[in-house]
Amino acid sequence: MLSALARAQAAATGVAQPLTTVGHLHAAAAPLVCVPLALAGETLAPLAALVGTDRAAPRLLVVPQPRNRDLRFAFAAALAAEVLPYLDARRGATEDVPADRGRQVRVRYLDAPQVWVPNPGGVEFVRLLGRSLRFRRTDGEHPVPAAVPRLGCWLTFLADRAELPGSALLVAATAALGAHWATGQSAVEDAHLPALLAWIDPPEGRTGAGAAAAAEDPAVTPPAGPATDPAFDRDVLAPLVAAYDRGAPDAPGRLAAALRGQLTPAWDAVWRAYDLLAALPPGATVAARWGQDRDAFTGYAAHLDEGGLPQPRHDSAVAAAARLHRLERAAATYALQRAYDDPLVLADHRLAGEAFRGEVVLADPTRVDDSGRRPVLRPRITVRSADPLHLAPGTALCAPGRPKQRATLVSVEGRDAVLELRGGMGRGRTPEAGSVPEVGEVVTYTTLTDAFAPAPAFPAPEDTPWTHGGPPADPAGGDPRGGAEVPGDPPAGAPPEPVPAG
Amino acid sequence: MTDTVAAALARVRGPAAPVRHNARTIAALTGNPDCRRRAVLDAAGVDKTALAQYVGHPARYGQSPFAIIRGHAFEARVKADGYAALRALVAAKLPGADVAGPAVDLGDGGADNAARYARTRAVLGGDEVALADHPLLRLSVAGQHVYLEPDLVACRVAGRLHVVEVKSFPVLDGRADPAKVAAAAVQAAVYVLGLRELRAAGGADPDAVATDALLVCPRDFGHEPTVAVLDLRRQVAVLRRQLRRLARVADLLADLPADFTVDLGGEGGAPARPPGAVAAALARLAARYTPDCLAACELAYHCRAEAAGSTAALGPAVREELGGVPDVAAVLAYADGAPPADPTQAEAAAVLRRAARLRAEALAGAAVWEC
Repeated sequence: MLSALARAQAAATGVAQPLTTVGHLHAAAAPLVCVPLALAGETLAPLAALVGTDRAAPRLLVVPQPRNRDLRFAFAAALAAEVLPYLDARRGATEDVPADRGRQVRVRYLDAPQVWVPNPGGVEFVRLLGRSLRFRRTDGEHPVPAAVPRLGCWLTFLADRAELPGSALLVAATAALGAHWATGQSAVEDAHLPALLAWIDPPEGRTGAGAAAAAEDPAVTPPAGPATDPAFDRDVLAPLVAAYDRGAPDAPGRLAAALRGQLTPAWDAVWRAYDLLAALPPGATVAARWGQDRDAFTGYAAHLDEGGLPQPRHDSAVAAAARLHRLERAAATYALQRAYDDPLVLADHRLAGEAFRGEVVLADPTRVDDSGRRPVLRPRITVRSADPLHLAPGTALCAPGRPKQRATLVSVEGRDAVLELRGGMGRGRTPEAGSVPEVGEVVTYTTLTDAFAPAPAFPAPEDTPWTHGGPPADPAGGDPRGGAEVPGDPPAGAPPEPVPAG
Repeated sequence: MTDTVAAALARVRGPAAPVRHNARTIAALTGNPDCRRRAVLDAAGVDKTALAQYVGHPARYGQSPFAIIRGHAFEARVKADGYAALRALVAAKLPGADVAGPAVDLGDGGADNAARYARTRAVLGGDEVALADHPLLRLSVAGQHVYLEPDLVACRVAGRLHVVEVKSFPVLDGRADPAKVAAAAVQAAVYVLGLRELRAAGGADPDAVATDALLVCPRDFGHEPTVAVLDLRRQVAVLRRQLRRLARVADLLADLPADFTVDLGGEGGAPARPPGAVAAALARLAARYTPDCLAACELAYHCRAEAAGSTAALGPAVREELGGVPDVAAVLAYADGAPPADPTQAEAAAVLRRAARLRAEALAGAAVWEC
């Protein structure tokens, strides 16, 4: 609702409006930017990419005939030569993290990779490229260098991680910008990175609306990929690819120049998106989420070091259920953390009646509930709020300022809500100073809690119940980390198709 | 269709030749059934691409030659050697299927519509032919018959006709892009209805057209075809209901002035109409713009320009969240505390006022918790 209002405000003022007061995305110090292009009509035929960590010196990779499988694998090897050293360079110093309530120590890298692509299409490109490379063999009929399947595993890891709400290892610039600013156009139009940036950061002397309209013309601003502009395909790319097929000596150079021209605006746009997001003050929990990303990176690097298998084609029933649980849990946690970190996000919950803010008018900090077997400290406070109170008595609440303390709504009378508190007050019979809100204090309570929900006990793959297809036929495929080349799988990409004349 | 409606539609279009419907346009029609502009222009067979260009908002979609080549190459592969690959796929997918019978290509460019339709009806009404390529179908849309030239093969299996759609998007690890499958399913449903009308018109049993369509796509990263069965019962039912609900074009025409036309002029020595006059004429025909139109309608950029300043231009979800208030200016006035002009918007106005207050408070306040 607040974001809809922000869109209306943006439409009226001609400039994007903030949706947050802090940044919710970790901006890595040394990101790798990759802007890919793919040939239209094919499942995955890489055409070109600008890739690198230095915004002034991107590396251009070109596949002059995208239907040629040898050239495609040469592209993959060249991309691996850019990406794998970048990943390895993140594996420097480590830190010890207490695990299992301090009984054990976990080691993780201090750094992790952060790959930026222009849009969700770029994430899909990473996923498809990972899928097409990770099962390639380094021996047999069509051998590839060992770096190629390794790149496939890493790209799949990044694409999987991008599904996880709050993860920052693979970032789609449009999605990251759209989570922080509302434009005066629709979400459909926001998918176009140049137009989105035009709203957020319009060029000097122009409104966002005017700049966005200009950015929509593919002849002026090429699309940010992976799909190319059909007119470019027809007028520029098709003749140049045909010239390359004829063996014209200047064709590779002209192709590279044309593709660089298509890619450079998107390259610059992704870096501008990075700058905009890196300039926001980070929210309080951003570092913790980045820590989880570093954990995942550390774990997957170790998996590959140990000669682990590539990710399977399909999750088994058990692995799929576990993955769904992880995603749901991450989505809930991310929503909660954003609301706690950011009063503007929390305001949306207040509007929806899931949170309220008010002043403490009565407090009984030493109240003891002795109705049970032993007396327990259960202070009560009364909060007077201007927000409508539609919550039912018994609702569990939490205050962003006191995340360890739980509150239960006892009753609502008019504008007054009576809350009973537990936890987060120390071990004594009287609460520690400041742990119970005092009369006059302004507090916010919300129904968003990160109440500990233990992971459901999933069965072992060999115990998959019949309702879920029974145990997987191939136990290796049932292991989320397992997976093997399926015999008879055709090589990625059929032999090069001749390009029909005309 | 009555002569007066046909004459009125011809006048709306002007002397240009009518543009033919296809399954995509019918699917789009039912996707935004309340758009009168689209209903009338499509019924009249107006060349919307030329119209959009003329009024200064050309459509921005086209197909890459690479995609077209790949699509044709894949289709040729499936249909090569007397449809050998297609016969093998169907036989493997539908157990007991015997598709060894003769194949007929009805895609004869020379004959006129009525003759081709009659031929299609004769071929598909009988039961000798196993595969019929490029049939000409006819469908009642908005009270009149439109001809469809689908790129489809009708395949007879065990006495039932199945729609076979050949698409060039991939099925990767057993999964295809859900949006593309959904679009293909709606198109196939259009063909099912067309085939049923054709059977009924020839006195044959319309229910012999199966609601199970066959979707043929390339598998994984290569060019090998694979086939999947699409259950179209839901799509066929939805489409039939939507087509029935489509306002009759005659009623829409009745609301227009008698001399309404979007003829661009300039043909046969007539003076060309100024683009502004054409745009003004279009404005008399109400559009119902949503951002999804941008991918589905040639005229969408013009309608978007018209919709500037409306909450509809921000997307249906945003419009709904703003309480259905149609104008951005009204939304902001309510947010500022202005009294609602329309009593039905009182509740929306109150929520907007509160939202604006909360938003301003959060933006003004420091990002520090008071505790």
